[in-house]
Amino acid sequence: MAKSKSTQKPVEELTYEEALAELESVVDTLESEQNPLEDSMKLYERGQALVARCGELLEAAQLKVQKLAGESAAPFEEELE
Amino acid sequence: MQPTLFSTLHLTVSQITFHIRKMLENDPQLQDVWVEGEISNLSKPNSGHIYFTLKDKNASLRCVMWKADATRLRINIRDGMSIEAHGKIAVYEPQGQYQLIVNSIQPKGEGALYQEFLRLKTMLQAEGIFDEERKRAIPELPRVIGIVTSETGAALRDMLNTLRRRLPLARVILAPSPVQGVDAPPALVKALAALNKQQPDVILLARGGGSIEDLWAFNDERVVRAVADSNAPVICGVGHETDFTLCDFAADLRAPTPTAAAELATPTTLNDLQESLSDFDARLSSSMLNLVADEKSSLAALVSRLKYVSPERQIQSSYQRLDELSRRALSALTHRIALQSKHVDGISKKLQALNPEAILSRGYAIITRNEDGAVVSKIIQAQGKMKARLSDGEFDIIRDS
Repeated sequence: MAKSKSTQKPVEELTYEEALAELESVVDTLESEQNPLEDSMKLYERGQALVARCGELLEAAQLKVQKLAGESAAPFEEELE
Repeated sequence: MQPTLFSTLHLTVSQITFHIRKMLENDPQLQDVWVEGEISNLSKPNSGHIYFTLKDKNASLRCVMWKADATRLRINIRDGMSIEAHGKIAVYEPQGQYQLIVNSIQPKGEGALYQEFLRLKTMLQAEGIFDEERKRAIPELPRVIGIVTSETGAALRDMLNTLRRRLPLARVILAPSPVQGVDAPPALVKALAALNKQQPDVILLARGGGSIEDLWAFNDERVVRAVADSNAPVICGVGHETDFTLCDFAADLRAPTPTAAAELATPTTLNDLQESLSDFDARLSSSMLNLVADEKSSLAALVSRLKYVSPERQIQSSYQRLDELSRRALSALTHRIALQSKHVDGISKKLQALNPEAILSRGYAIITRNEDGAVVSKIIQAQGKMKARLSDGEFDIIRDS
């Protein structure tokens, strides 16, 4: 736990995968480990923020399509029907 | 040769036709045969059966395709078309004609392609390129999905729509390539290599439906090897459900269509993610509630232990002891009083026995002098006014002698 505290990024900077992985570990910790109540409260608050972050990202998700040209990928404009 | 009445065979038309039919229909080679020729006298009556004649320079063969097989025809046949027809030879007895009962038709040349397909398949299979052990798992939640297909085909549109609907969280990298013609195989190989450099989690190799020639690039040895060598797992969705290409065998997963390939590439959908998120949310809340409940109950346990050792309890206990003592004192006192009272009763009874009144009731009298109240017990003392006291009262008396 001390470890995750020192490396904790603000949730706004997390990708969906990062947020989800951290959420998973927060829930696991809360469910399985005995921590001081204050630490648990902090974990819980962090977990809530992570849930919100994941929810936002899912809501806002839009498929990004890029096209390879040589070695680099550029945004791909789909032709509309 | 002169006809002879003594010929060994003497049959009716029906009998000989039946005999010929048996001969032809018992020949296994004639029951599973490809015949190559040009279509003529094509007729498609309302019954749904198809009738035509197959011809080459020197001969013709009547052909029938029954409705059940005719509805499965994937090419539009017409007079003059060179085809290969597969079927069995049968005899139509009323007309005394033999004919080919056709169950499948392909354009001429497909047979050779199919032979090549089988040869390559056998060779690559022997090399182990199609082995199940080589197949890699498709990731549950791909972040980057590579697509190799034609930039302009409907297949790309179908796949993007499917991915957008199922997993808009993903990033798609398209490596466009022609998917048919002589340029297609090297271009497909190059697209696969370029895409692999981007390290996608999975690659979709796809093309819409078409004839076997249209799909041929996906049977090209170079393309098949590139699929097998891909770093990222490949899902192959070429043509329709019924089309099998060698790329299908070499891929880690075969999809019946491009749309299905996009579905297989996204085992976890946005819906699933939302569900698992609310699941996590619920677990988070309940773990916190449990934690708080646990804290509360250990707090309650402490409170009760504290009460047990508190001075308040000692004071209460002292009070109780005091009460107890006072109750005991009271009860001891009551007991003593009862004893005393009994004692007094006894004395009182004795006293009663000594009461002179009791003697009076037996007929005696007490005489007292009024003058000084002295009891007169001798005659000499009886002087002046006196009182005689009997058991029920007294009266005045005077001595008269």
